Amino acid sequence: MANNVCLDRACGKHSQFWTLLALGGLVMLGTLSAFFYLEHHGHIETGMNNQIVWGLPHVFAVFLIVAASGVLNVASIGSVFGKKMYKARAPLSGMLALAMLAGGLAVLVLDLGRPDRLIVAMTYYNFKSIFAWNMIFYNGFFAIVGLYLITLMDHKLKPWSKPVGLLAFLWRLALTTATGSIFGFLVARAGYNSALYAPMFIIYSFAYGLAAFLVVQSVMYKWNNIAVDERILARMKNLLAVFVAAGLYFTAVLHLTNLYFAKQWEFERFLLAGDNVYTTLFWLGQVVVGGIVPLLMLFNSNASKNPAIVFLAALLVLVGGHAQMYVTIVGGQAFPLDLFPGYAETSSFFDGVMHSYTPSIWEMMLGLGGIATAFLITTVAVRVLKFLPQDDFKEIELEAKEG
Amino acid sequence: MSEPNRPESNPENGGRRTFMVAGAAVAGSAIAPGVMLYGIAQAKPADEAVTDKTRWGMLVDTTKCNSGCTDCVTACNTENALSGKTGPQDSQWIRKVEIKNLQTGAQNSLPMMCQHCENPPCVDVCPTGASMKRADGIVLVDRHICIGCRYCMMACPYKARSFVHEPLTEQNPEVPRGKGCVESCTFCVQRVDRDEKPACVEACDKAGHKALVFGDLNNPESDVAKAVKAHASTEVRGDLRLNTGVRYQGI
Repeated sequence: MANNVCLDRACGKHSQFWTLLALGGLVMLGTLSAFFYLEHHGHIETGMNNQIVWGLPHVFAVFLIVAASGVLNVASIGSVFGKKMYKARAPLSGMLALAMLAGGLAVLVLDLGRPDRLIVAMTYYNFKSIFAWNMIFYNGFFAIVGLYLITLMDHKLKPWSKPVGLLAFLWRLALTTATGSIFGFLVARAGYNSALYAPMFIIYSFAYGLAAFLVVQSVMYKWNNIAVDERILARMKNLLAVFVAAGLYFTAVLHLTNLYFAKQWEFERFLLAGDNVYTTLFWLGQVVVGGIVPLLMLFNSNASKNPAIVFLAALLVLVGGHAQMYVTIVGGQAFPLDLFPGYAETSSFFDGVMHSYTPSIWEMMLGLGGIATAFLITTVAVRVLKFLPQDDFKEIELEAKEG
Repeated sequence: MSEPNRPESNPENGGRRTFMVAGAAVAGSAIAPGVMLYGIAQAKPADEAVTDKTRWGMLVDTTKCNSGCTDCVTACNTENALSGKTGPQDSQWIRKVEIKNLQTGAQNSLPMMCQHCENPPCVDVCPTGASMKRADGIVLVDRHICIGCRYCMMACPYKARSFVHEPLTEQNPEVPRGKGCVESCTFCVQRVDRDEKPACVEACDKAGHKALVFGDLNNPESDVAKAVKAHASTEVRGDLRLNTGVRYQGI
């Protein structure tokens, strides 16, 4: 069946394709089992509690949503800023954006206390809630990026790809602003409550999205036995390095600002110099594995000649991104709310103590379902439609000369 | 200049007057108890909407709140059919918090629950509008449209909300609760609508502490309005400018 519609050179690899589908399907089966189990027994079977209300599923979900908006950047650089090399990658970029957003949202919905009320979430809107705005942005993203993909893939509609691409670019900026603001608007919590969250999440999305794109592109090229052009690799890896460095910069500014405020010292001590998993994940995961090591690899003189280095660096950025989300989401809740500044507090409801959280296997299965959803959509999409980048090297050379 | 006829001088008028006085007395005695009771209790029929003429509030006098006493917590659990368990996944609508000033060493004990803010962050962030504030200031969760996203729990500065982590049995029919929804102190709205005090206040009075004063903050004659006017009191996290319905004295 797939052969009939397949336009790709990968079409010959029948068994491998079905193996990939089976692998993704197996993970999805686990995810659905976890969902029905939790739906029946309740969140008592998770590690989440009344102190850590958002856990591992949210780490995966928010990461995928942030990366989804970021992966669209490749298309935006092509359509909005007119770079030919990126334009060749616009369809893949748009498709990945939809696949990753679908994965992230699936996890969010499956983790709801009342997932059966999804229709309520779609029909009752509190317009003062940034969460409600996010739902509008997510749905709009599907519609706009879907339309954008059509303009990219239908020759008659090609002239529309620029204005629709511009709309998609602006929409994705608004979407990530809203996603960052979910945390930025939490006025009472020491770990959040900062306008920096909106631009910082946009920068993170640039890095995570491009890293995800590079990983997928590397695999697709390898699958088709195509060597990626050195000039293309050089430009994309440099862009990734800029995004990763910018992400580190925003992280530094957030914490340096907090260190200036006496009321934030306790939180910063907890996060930056504490004896807990969040400190380890912050320094080792977010900063070293997700930031410094990829930067060193990307700026290595051999990087543009060796796709494996870029692939590995991008993979580390993704790993570091998950660490960052864990630190931001779980770490931000683990630090207790300060109801009475200047007082020590104790109660039966864990006031004044660091909150503990041990994720259960069910949460891990829910979270992995997001990646599996994105993986399955991507695998099928690249099989049945033409998403492999088609580079016009003459134009790339011309573009390179023009600078 | 003739003197006008005085009604008393007319025997016919005298009979009519007697009839009217008697009629008014009968009608008055029939209506008066209802009018009097309405005036005292400000009761309203069940189908009448609450209005913002009332703002329910509470003053907690921490100088009267005993460190070892948890009568308010027990009463809340009984009234609202909470298990009373205190694990990290169990619901606690009211809890006793012991605080100690880090500089002076001064200690206080106080109950902490939903503060029924005028500008509640939980209501602001709720995507579906399930978190809502009644016109009379009581902050509630609409069990029918709560999707269990827990964003309100992230936003509440008082950690006042709990998520129902498991199926429930033996509920109070007046206090519907359910797995997968968020819940918190309702000021015992089912009692307040019957002109009764919240269970915690009643229990505190019964124990003789009288640390909790509940009533209509908008009614200058109410005990709570008089108390907050007479004594210095504070809002917890007053810096957030939420104008809480619960205020604390003695901290």
